Amino acid sequence: MERRNGVRIDIGDLTHRYTAKTPLTFEKVNIKAEPGEALVIIGRSGCGKSTLLHILAGLLEKTSGIVQLDGKDVTEPSSHWIMMFQAPHLFPWMTVEQNVGTGLRFARWPEEKMKKRVAEVINLVHLDEFAQNNTQDLSGGQQQRVALARSLVMEPDLLLLDEPFSALDAFTRATLQKDVRAISKQLGFNLVMVTHDIDEAVIMADRALVMAGSPGEIVHDFKVDLEDPRERQDPEVQAMRANLMEIFHQAAGVPVDSSDEEGDDTSQPDVELVGN
Amino acid sequence: MSNGKVDVVGVDADSSAAALKAAQNRKKAKSMGKSLFNWAAGLAILFALWWLGGYLIYLNPDTTNFSDFGPIPTFKAFPELFAIGKIQAAVFTSGYRLGAGLLIAIVVGIPIGILLGRSVVFRELSNSPFQLIRMISPLSWEPIAVIVFATWNGAIVFLIAVAAVWPVVFATAAGLAKVDPAWFKVARNLGAKPWHMVTEIILPAIMFDILTGVRLALGVGWIVLVPAEFLGVTSGLGYSIADARETLSYDHLTAMVLTIGIMGYILDSSCAMMIKKYSWHH
Repeated sequence: MERRNGVRIDIGDLTHRYTAKTPLTFEKVNIKAEPGEALVIIGRSGCGKSTLLHILAGLLEKTSGIVQLDGKDVTEPSSHWIMMFQAPHLFPWMTVEQNVGTGLRFARWPEEKMKKRVAEVINLVHLDEFAQNNTQDLSGGQQQRVALARSLVMEPDLLLLDEPFSALDAFTRATLQKDVRAISKQLGFNLVMVTHDIDEAVIMADRALVMAGSPGEIVHDFKVDLEDPRERQDPEVQAMRANLMEIFHQAAGVPVDSSDEEGDDTSQPDVELVGN
Repeated sequence: MSNGKVDVVGVDADSSAAALKAAQNRKKAKSMGKSLFNWAAGLAILFALWWLGGYLIYLNPDTTNFSDFGPIPTFKAFPELFAIGKIQAAVFTSGYRLGAGLLIAIVVGIPIGILLGRSVVFRELSNSPFQLIRMISPLSWEPIAVIVFATWNGAIVFLIAVAAVWPVVFATAAGLAKVDPAWFKVARNLGAKPWHMVTEIILPAIMFDILTGVRLALGVGWIVLVPAEFLGVTSGLGYSIADARETLSYDHLTAMVLTIGIMGYILDSSCAMMIKKYSWHH
């Protein structure tokens, strides 16, 4: 696959509320990112980080503010910015290959060109031997890899990740975190990821943005200046994790306690979609 | 040395996998054999009861004139009916009417079902009218259909379509209600246009439900077809039964009734096979 250039992300004074009667989800959020940068937004459940990601994907309408990619307003979904969700949501009537090629079929790619691209991406996520399998026969980690391939096949400039590894076992999660970051750096696209896992933020981010409060706001912008590949047991990674943990807990207004690193509530607010 | 050991282990693993597969195949073959036996035994019991009934009719002097309803005269009538082309013509004509009625039911029913499943307003608006119309016996439309349509053929096709449309509509809507909303979100995210939503997401996702509805519709249509052909027309399976009754050809009558059963069974089995083929549920 060709190397992409990524996009310049510009979010200015972004405000959102679901309806006129509901409180603000977040208010005057400002985020800027350079092409190819990996941002991880961390925060407790309900602070609006998932909503922010949906707006950035064009799947949800903003209330006010600016959301621009390379200077162009984001108003609807596009093959240039693709989102991966918490669950893989694969189409169970399709094989792995057909699932991966879904976006290309929508874009009416010629059959031969599409087959070639799909095979490349399946190879990239190490699923070659499963290409003809039905997705229901795959493990959770393999299914999430298919979802990743389905996103990467569109050659996005920006990959948005809404806690895509949270339902996986620790080993698979760690492998996928490293793989996704490596692929993003290899292909040069931007990553914006939402999580409440501090470890995940340190492993995957160039910058970690801490979101807190109600309505939510970005309270800290933390540079994760580490060499790749990043290993959890590396002392530098451990030190970075400790720093981020402290900032995260200060933002949340709770005493620092290393055992409470992933937040206490895994539930997410439902996201209402535009025109769906 | 270690290589030798690995080989031995590999051979053992291969042979035990082959043995396991052979055992699974034997079990599968045994299960299929048992199913086939039960299928044949069920049919044999039905025919035995039929033969017994025919024999009892034959033994009773009051009913002996009706003994042609029994299996032996019926099976003797088949070659005769085939030779004069009566069965072929009746099956073709009725098949055409059923096919046309069913096709209309599918073409009309699937979009309405999708609309019911996707639009709350349409669902609320159509609920009362649909339930009201659905409860009207399809055959009670016959006098109106005869007035409205220029030919009896058209009227019969209409009656079948009216009867068959509801299972398709409600099965489609019920299927859509079970579709994971996230699939739409993912599809939009990947650039799906509205027609992609229908052709690439909705229809494959609910194909199992649609075909189940078509299977039910086929049953209903087949049931409506025969009484609808009792009146007015001079062709088809229903007409052939009425005609045989008029001419007191009870062996022909039973042969036509049996033909209806066999045709219905074949059509229903074909639907069941299609459902199995297009179902993605594991």
